[in-house]
Amino acid sequence: MSVSNTMKPSERMKIPRQNSIEQNPVERSRNFQEVSLGLDEARALVESTRCLECKNPVCIEGCPVGIDIRTFIQLVMDRNYAGAVKKIREANYLPAICGRVCPQESQCEAVCTMGKKHPSVAIGKLERFVADYESQHDLFTPPEVPERSEESVAIVGSGPAGLTCAAELAKMGYGVTMFEALHAVGGVLRYGIPEFRLPRTILDQEVERIKALGVEIYTNFLIGRTATIDELFNEWKFSAVFLGTGAGTPTFMGIPGENMSGVYSANEFLTRVNLMKAYKFPDFDTPIKVGKRVAVIGGGNTAMDAVRTSRRLGAEKAYLVYRRSKEEMPARVEEVHHAEEEGVEFLLLTNPTRILGTATKWVTGLECQKMELGEPDESGRRRPVPIKGSEFVLEVETVIEAIGQKPNPIIQATTPGLDVGKRGTVVTNDDLCTSREGIFAGGDLARGGATVILAMRDGKKAAQSIHQYLCNKREKKEELKAEAV
Amino acid sequence: MNPHPTASGGRMHTIKEKEILSPTITRYVIEAPFVARKRLPGNFVIIRLDETGERIPLTIVDSNIEHGTITLIVQAIGKTTRALAMKNVGDTIADVAGPLGNPTPIEFHGPVACIGGGVGTAELLPIAKALQKAGNTIYTIIGARSKDLIILEKEMGSISRALYITTDDGSYGRKGIVTDQLRDLLKSPNGLAAVYAIGPLPMMKAVSNLTKEFGVKTLVSLNAIMVDGTGMCGGCRVTVDGKMKFACVDGPEFDGHSVDFDEIIMRNRTYTDLERISNERCQAHETVHAEGGSSR
Repeated sequence: MSVSNTMKPSERMKIPRQNSIEQNPVERSRNFQEVSLGLDEARALVESTRCLECKNPVCIEGCPVGIDIRTFIQLVMDRNYAGAVKKIREANYLPAICGRVCPQESQCEAVCTMGKKHPSVAIGKLERFVADYESQHDLFTPPEVPERSEESVAIVGSGPAGLTCAAELAKMGYGVTMFEALHAVGGVLRYGIPEFRLPRTILDQEVERIKALGVEIYTNFLIGRTATIDELFNEWKFSAVFLGTGAGTPTFMGIPGENMSGVYSANEFLTRVNLMKAYKFPDFDTPIKVGKRVAVIGGGNTAMDAVRTSRRLGAEKAYLVYRRSKEEMPARVEEVHHAEEEGVEFLLLTNPTRILGTATKWVTGLECQKMELGEPDESGRRRPVPIKGSEFVLEVETVIEAIGQKPNPIIQATTPGLDVGKRGTVVTNDDLCTSREGIFAGGDLARGGATVILAMRDGKKAAQSIHQYLCNKREKKEELKAEAV
Repeated sequence: MNPHPTASGGRMHTIKEKEILSPTITRYVIEAPFVARKRLPGNFVIIRLDETGERIPLTIVDSNIEHGTITLIVQAIGKTTRALAMKNVGDTIADVAGPLGNPTPIEFHGPVACIGGGVGTAELLPIAKALQKAGNTIYTIIGARSKDLIILEKEMGSISRALYITTDDGSYGRKGIVTDQLRDLLKSPNGLAAVYAIGPLPMMKAVSNLTKEFGVKTLVSLNAIMVDGTGMCGGCRVTVDGKMKFACVDGPEFDGHSVDFDEIIMRNRTYTDLERISNERCQAHETVHAEGGSSR
């Protein structure tokens, strides 16, 4: 039990959940600064005292990476913020990122005991608070790294899975080299998630902390083209390879008109804005075209990011077109809420059927049909069924498709013996081993499209598997040596 | 761990040589050791000049593994290519990523026409060389608006059975367009077994339309709008044989008879107005430099 909290559970339950300070919706829908400013110290302290310090802290089981949530919140109560973030970092090396982008409401906060009758403890906001406090007060100290082992591991892709795997392996003392195809590190955290959700200063700082563990990074290095996986083993002499290249290839609906000017994949739209800073054109050279009216197709976090970004780029009407109802939306509740606050119009149970355009192929509209919910499908969600005669045209100049991504096929195509699954994913067992010895994979590359935190969990798990693999190999080698003697 | 210790991936790309081939076309030899090692004819790189720069695709013309360099031949037409033209030997480029795209399938066909339009001739050169090496007889046609845009005549000539030049204004070679010459070759007794055409989209379209009449296999290289060049953005999607393809990972070369040229021609106009803004800025910058006493 925390020494500083003497309140009885019944008293704790009376305290209201503390809210983040947020930028005003009208103002923020026109800028790229962070929407949520998080909790201040006073609010964080109040929030921490709401924790019931359960004997059986179910929140920890709810966390994909098993952060010792109860202990870190107790450290917050004791105002030991540096200790709290250190505790988090034992399980998760990227707290400032997770505190911002994790869907806590379906993880730790979903099972929080307080949440049974009252709003659950704002675990995510507390995580973010201590991470930010640490940076603002310059309290970060890199963990001690054991003596460097002779083996080195290659990490392919510098997104959440790769960054986590790299950090975990470096902490174990392995040499780690990370390869990134783009010119900047971070994967989806860099090109996908907008600055107003994850400021680049935060991302840069987390990357620097991974570099501080001795991780070497090659950018502009596309594995499969600049060097193959087999070259990483044979020429670069890596002992193991982790593949965390994500799901970077956009999928399109396959409706007529998709190749007209004014149609973007969410990936392209967000990459232009986030990675290339097209919102600063012409100070930055990459252009982007956003009409006065924009339709974003999809209901996930990527769709929310794209539609909120289009508002910030000047769209007067920003529509989110989703074929199911709000309940089925895979996006984080907070993102949906923020999008609504920022003036995004939701067209639910609406399915796009055709993109209309001018003779010179510029978008003028999106033809849609209304849907109704029928019987549940294999995902358990009720299947949307078209309503006959309900077609209508939404007048827009820009259409952004955010209907999902699949893995980039380059590595699969250039690595013989690597088993590939149905949707282009790399097949792994429970330990994240692929069909090739010494090659491990995780994150969206193996899952086909999930969350940042699940990618991180995979990165962590893969690091443990790689460690186990290298230990076994070392033992075998020594046995052979002993036999030879 | 780096088996090529002189190669520092993604860190520094120095311009080693610079040669002006025509008033707007320049040849650069750039340090990019990892790219040089793996590059094959038909591959391209994505370059970004500096922190505020855009990523643009450029076809690799040649490489030297020993020196760790690649050769690019670039026409200064947009903001980035003009800014590149202002750089000199010893200056650096922030990012060079590659080699990207599928290498050109090099097969034995027999008599092959290699058709280069303007700066497209530079992209054609390594392919023509490889085709010649594979035993094909090369008939080269280089076309451009006028004489000063004709490049690599000597290099292409040295691997060709015959070389023809056409200019729109008749200032050099035959007055007319490449298809005028191509028609003659297609009609000649030996005919042609295959055609490789690289140049502006309307040229590749005209070539493909003509060769279709004659039933001669034609490969074209599509310069679509790209951001990452690794299959991630889908900006370079083109319709080939009625299906959506990404020029960066499925191409950049496609069967000319299956490409929907009208679609990509229109799509490539998406940013014309914004490119003009960028270009004007660059021009203002060039003027300031020139007034500052640069002796370019």
